[in-house]
Amino acid sequence: MENLCSINNLAACLVQGGMNPDLANLLTTLGGVVLVATVPLVTVIFLIWVERKVAARVQDRIGPNRVGPFGLLQSVADAVKMITKEDITPQGADKFIYNLAPIIAFASVVLIWAVVPFTPLHIGADLSIGILYFVAVASIGTVKIMIAGWSSNNKYALLGAFRTIAQLLSYEVPLVLSLLIPVMISGTMSMQEITRQQGGMWFFFMAPVAAIMFFIANLAETGRAPFDLLEAESEIIAGYNIEYSGFKWGMFMAGEFMHAFTACLLTAVVFLGGWWGPGVEQIPVLGFIYLGLKTGVVYLFALILRSTVPRVRIDQLMTLNWKWLVPISVANVIMTAFLLKLVQWLNLAPQDGTLGAALPQTIILFAGNLVLGLVLFNFIRNMGRSQRLADQAVPVLGEHEESPVHAVGD
Amino acid sequence: MAVLNEWAFIGVFFSIAWIFPFLPIFMAHLLAPHKPNSIKQSTYECGVETVGDTWIQFKVQYYIYGLIFMVFDVEIVFLFPWALAYKQLDFFGFFAGLLFVFFLFDALVYAWRKDALEWV
Amino acid sequence: MLEFNASTVAFIVFALFSLGGALGVVTTRNLIHATLYLILSLFGAAGFFVLLSAPFLAAVQVLVYIGAIAILIVFAVMLTRSMTRLRELYNRQWILSGVVAVALFVLLMVGVILPVWGNNGSQVGKPISDTVATTVDLGKALVDQNQYVLPFEVASLLLTAAMIGAIVIARDDRE
Repeated sequence: MENLCSINNLAACLVQGGMNPDLANLLTTLGGVVLVATVPLVTVIFLIWVERKVAARVQDRIGPNRVGPFGLLQSVADAVKMITKEDITPQGADKFIYNLAPIIAFASVVLIWAVVPFTPLHIGADLSIGILYFVAVASIGTVKIMIAGWSSNNKYALLGAFRTIAQLLSYEVPLVLSLLIPVMISGTMSMQEITRQQGGMWFFFMAPVAAIMFFIANLAETGRAPFDLLEAESEIIAGYNIEYSGFKWGMFMAGEFMHAFTACLLTAVVFLGGWWGPGVEQIPVLGFIYLGLKTGVVYLFALILRSTVPRVRIDQLMTLNWKWLVPISVANVIMTAFLLKLVQWLNLAPQDGTLGAALPQTIILFAGNLVLGLVLFNFIRNMGRSQRLADQAVPVLGEHEESPVHAVGD
Repeated sequence: MAVLNEWAFIGVFFSIAWIFPFLPIFMAHLLAPHKPNSIKQSTYECGVETVGDTWIQFKVQYYIYGLIFMVFDVEIVFLFPWALAYKQLDFFGFFAGLLFVFFLFDALVYAWRKDALEWV
Repeated sequence: MLEFNASTVAFIVFALFSLGGALGVVTTRNLIHATLYLILSLFGAAGFFVLLSAPFLAAVQVLVYIGAIAILIVFAVMLTRSMTRLRELYNRQWILSGVVAVALFVLLMVGVILPVWGNNGSQVGKPISDTVATTVDLGKALVDQNQYVLPFEVASLLLTAAMIGAIVIARDDRE
């Protein structure tokens, strides 16, 4: 097992002390699980504070600063408030499923953390299908929305749930298609192995288009701005969680924040080199810090994006996905496949994990991505230009023509 | 059987993960006031009384999006082993994958032209 | 007999999920509940794939069946308004269908399961191979000229046909 060294010794110690080896295994696994599950829980409390502070600063205000130093205990105060709020269950709601939805909402995000490689030595479970596990767990998220929307016995909740599911299903396609690129480049689906192979060069430089696609699709999957149509208060009140109050609603919100952070964490792991950094091979614990820093940068970017970019309309949302992101992702997969075979044919494939060995492949792949990006950019620019010309070609009303607006008395 | 050890971790994780959200909700159930009345429990509809059944005009467009997603999902499932073994394949592997993706891109273009991707 | 270890416990749990879920699907009156029981049953099947050292198939099961097909089933249930609450659980032909079901079960056991995995079955006594086929082998086999490249491409054509057909049917009312 690749668990913490101390816990490894713990299992052996317990067996020596006469405990049944299966039971010892179970206890150490349990300890590992609790340890891994606590990290997101502790992080989310801090996360809500960061979110509110950054949003506040972008909006030229201060944000929470009363409760505790710099407002750090604000989340704790919110949690206490939510626990003591009355829990109103709407009449006609399906009790068991109604209560199940927030639990699934939170649990399904925590489950992803089992495959995140924190350091070269510490990972919850180094599954051989780590990336596919992440995709599968993310796809369970749609089930929770369905049951939340349906069991609330509320038209708006149901409508919001349908829209949310349509959005989530649609954006899963470019998400998974862009994950194919790191799998192709590294030849494995295990998260730890993918991180290890980025020792020479981060996958972000080999596949920037894929990284950007992944980031955008993640923003849409987690319901963050500019894709937060479904929790926008001016649109459909709170969407599928209208009828939830108190801590159940808190679970949905906490789950959403955590999901956004987990998505940024995975972007850092898969595209930004995970725990790689100077000196991490000698002192593995540094990997934790490097991963945290990279995730923080991506998350900060997502937060600033949230506060600055206007919200996308639902039909624009769908058009963006099916007419832009999906074809680009498919073209990206084919182009990367072709370039990888070219690199192999030219014998330029990196043989070891150093920067110099990875450089030729990086340059070729980056050039390919650049070409794709330029073609896209030109396409968008031409489209914008033709749209502008079409707008200007609308005939202006001449002086001798009657204005269509008449006074009331005519 | 180290592989199954990893999955044992996942199994235990699955069994434990739901306890973390369950505990605060249970605490809330104990600590929060519980005074239901018919007005508080009525369904929310912008502050007015609910009109009609809890059914909405179900747009078939939702179903079409789900359908197209499912086709792409199965395609991706086929592409994953291909991508995994990609470095060990020869050029024929590339062409096989290209053909596979081309057919599905074709289907996407069909859906596009038939306006199945429009949100109306 | 069976040794009592973690694998057995996991097997029993997944068997309970699969069978219990399937039982729930056919005995509940509420169609949405039936869909949720179906999801439980599919989870059990995914668990079995893990126990059989095929984690890729387990993830695929969750991704495709639970993530796409179950959602579509829920959509379909919602499309048909009056089906959410069934009035009767059994119709008048339940005796005949019970007999047919039992006969089918006996046929399956005697004709397929027992000859292969029973006491004198053809698969019993063979050594478990040390080479476990991994997902990489699956990937290589899918594009190998001597193996599965033709079904691979035909599957793609099939998916295209399915999508075109579904769009034609679903958009029929627009003409």
